[in-house]
Amino acid sequence: MSDILVPFAIAAAVLLAISAVLAVIRMVRGPSVLDRIMASDVVVTVLLLTMGVEMVIDANLRTLPVMLALAATASISTIAVARYASRRSAAQSSPSSPPEPPKEDA
Amino acid sequence: MIDFWLDLAAGILLVSGAALSVAAGVGLLRFPDPLVRLHAGTKPQIFGLALVIMAIALATREWSVMLTLAPVMVFQMLTQPIAAHMVGRASYRTGNYDPKLLIVDELAQDADRTESADDDED
Repeated sequence: MSDILVPFAIAAAVLLAISAVLAVIRMVRGPSVLDRIMASDVVVTVLLLTMGVEMVIDANLRTLPVMLALAATASISTIAVARYASRRSAAQSSPSSPPEPPKEDA
Repeated sequence: MIDFWLDLAAGILLVSGAALSVAAGVGLLRFPDPLVRLHAGTKPQIFGLALVIMAIALATREWSVMLTLAPVMVFQMLTQPIAAHMVGRASYRTGNYDPKLLIVDELAQDADRTESADDDED
């Protein structure tokens, strides 16, 4: 890496660390499961950005396949948890629907 | 000389992307309900990643790298809006929002009209 990039790289790394800490605080405090999964989505995004910053700093391209796989699959967990939260509330608060036998939720 | 300016542009783009993710973290902490937090949290997922990918492209300056960087952006733009939509939908359905913060609630009228209809979860 060229010398001009050093201060920018340090600043970007510090900012990314701050945002990861803020997202983890929201993940711990979040009142609902949706707040927590949203914060974990932000942590994954910060991870992606950190891989990019590391590639620019170190002038390598080793983590590029990891970025590709993470960008393609990161949202599956968010979609799964959002559907779970939505379905559980529908089962709890819909007296008009016929009663179902209670299911075992893992 | 051109290398200096390209590296400078890459550094500025890196810091801009990191600053966007800090904005997302602050928004997650300080905004009042999940729908508003969703607005802050989705900003770095597309635009911050675009800035960092442009920085990588400017720093490496090879066309072959662009062939791998473009699918990263395409996959992110395909999957992240779906995830954000699902979180927003779930937080509306579970009542995880503050009705006083909404100016217009167009979904409530349709929900009232179809209240007796079956909820098919799709």
